[in-house]
Amino acid sequence: MADEVFTKIDEKVKNNKVMLYMKGTPDFPQCGFSAHTVEILRSYGVPFASEDVLADPAVRDGIKRYSNWPTIPQVYIDGKFVGGCDIVHELHERGELEPILNAAFGKST
Amino acid sequence: MITPEEIRATLDKALPGSTIEMQDLTGGGDHWQLFIVSPAFEGKGLVEQHRMVNDALKEEMGDQRIHALALKTYTPAQWEKLGS
Repeated sequence: MADEVFTKIDEKVKNNKVMLYMKGTPDFPQCGFSAHTVEILRSYGVPFASEDVLADPAVRDGIKRYSNWPTIPQVYIDGKFVGGCDIVHELHERGELEPILNAAFGKST
Repeated sequence: MITPEEIRATLDKALPGSTIEMQDLTGGGDHWQLFIVSPAFEGKGLVEQHRMVNDALKEEMGDQRIHALALKTYTPAQWEKLGS
């Protein structure tokens, strides 16, 4: 079972430049941390895919094991785990998120 | 709940030479914000830095003495840059 969830997660993480695992949906976030993470991603105007972990307990549990990270939301860029709300916020503040996104979307900085 | 002295003692062992500031976010002693400046963070990304702190406080979080932890981590160089 675990393998099945990991495969599913792995596909989404690898097939989307930016993949967000969150509680709720970007338009109807169910948690303040998820909402804030969406807000930051949207501020860059880049497309991102998302999955609502509340809709699937296997994913909610699986994503924590996949990244070995205890909390949700989780942001993946270019197949790499970038962080949760705190870290994404911090990278945004430090101006370090834009170069990561630019690299993923093949824009020069 | 946990005291700032206990948190400091644990982190001093795991991340020697760190400067640590602690803030009890709710007054209940179990929701903490920590500012940590550590030479051990040098050359590591934020995910790794947070993992190091979470790992150090694993026991305290596991038995719920710490319920929530908000982290701000910096290398000494990053911290200096922020101050200037």
